[in-house]
Amino acid sequence: MDLVPTSSQTVGPFFHIELTTDEHCVRCIAGPNAKGERAWITFRVLDADGAPVDDAMLEIWQADAQGKYNHPDDPHFGTSDEDWIGFGRLATGEDGSCVLETIKPGCIRHNSIQAPHLTVAVFARGMLKQLYTRVYFAGDVTNEEDPILSLVPADRRDTLMAKPDSVRPRYWRFDVRLQGEQETVFFDV
Amino acid sequence: MDGKTTLTSIKPYRRVPEGSQPPSLYEPYHSTTKRAPLKPLILLPHTLSEITGPIYGHEKMGEKDNDLTAQHEGEPLGERIIVSGRVLDSNGRPVPNALIEIWQANSAGRYRHAKDQHPAPLDPNFTGAGRTLTDQNGAYRFITIKPGAYPWFNHYNAWRPAHIHFSVFGNAFISRLVTQMYFPGDSLFPYDPIFQSIPDENARERLISKFDLETTQPQWAKGFVFDIVVRGPEATPFET
Repeated sequence: MDLVPTSSQTVGPFFHIELTTDEHCVRCIAGPNAKGERAWITFRVLDADGAPVDDAMLEIWQADAQGKYNHPDDPHFGTSDEDWIGFGRLATGEDGSCVLETIKPGCIRHNSIQAPHLTVAVFARGMLKQLYTRVYFAGDVTNEEDPILSLVPADRRDTLMAKPDSVRPRYWRFDVRLQGEQETVFFDV
Repeated sequence: MDGKTTLTSIKPYRRVPEGSQPPSLYEPYHSTTKRAPLKPLILLPHTLSEITGPIYGHEKMGEKDNDLTAQHEGEPLGERIIVSGRVLDSNGRPVPNALIEIWQANSAGRYRHAKDQHPAPLDPNFTGAGRTLTDQNGAYRFITIKPGAYPWFNHYNAWRPAHIHFSVFGNAFISRLVTQMYFPGDSLFPYDPIFQSIPDENARERLISKFDLETTQPQWAKGFVFDIVVRGPEATPFET
């Protein structure tokens, strides 16, 4: 049977009453005993004018430190880190930002080798459907060989790089620019 | 596509038909103009990162979570309704154990949210938020009250048709769906840019729930049916 997927509609300005209550937010996606190098990523969502988007929701999907996804369709399913969560959900605050606590993921090894990355879905009022982007880590040597980054025009790849915070070790910054000169690369999935 | 990217493609998910999804930029819905990317999206061959996805929220289900009329001491005001349906993937297969989250305005058209300034009363007996999991047949059911229409600031005299927000997880991170369910016969449809943003008329119509006598409970609540389709994998050549 062939069915057309249901059309998306905006998440609107009031999603917080269900999707991002204190109970339903997931700000830390690595349990206390998850292996790997702990990392904090400060996301900031900005509109065409560079103004903070204070009513966005970010959802994160990430592999563990060994590059394994906690999902049956990952051939390594069942051997991923026992204390790994991998799914995050955060609402931006007044300054358009939110902070995710995670560990730095491993390379995804399946047919090809993908550099460590997070997948991010962005939702907000004024967005009729979610946008997908990826967060890579600036300076990681495996970025050079990543098959997905190689599809992105060289002059736009930088928008997909989390930058190390100059003051706080293990903190990274990632701006999601929805539109404009430095517009973040979004993917047609 | 070059050999390298083909190698990363595994059991890809079906792409969505043209016109069935709204564009990112739809000027009549003014907020899209500064929040829609203008540069071309990069076509992404599906990798493990796309075709896997979270199993989330299962441990956080409360007993009253799918009955929005039973979350407070008293009953909320308004028209009690039963909203039910199934979650299927684009191959027509039921999606079991899918988390569905809903949120909505009360019967007066007001959300229990600090940023909702509509001068309509809040209902102390109504939060307007619920969640449930689909069963083995992909079926779900909520009890709630019919939300009211409410004004917004998009244009002069703008009103949203009555709707319930739905958030659904499919099997993969790219099957994720957030949408809105509408009610049959709403006179506000022609004036609502959010509803009208979907180019394909049939796709648009599928966001309108159907009144259903079968699920209507005599002397108690009207039933509305809303089926949801999330993206599924491409069929292999061996499947029919």
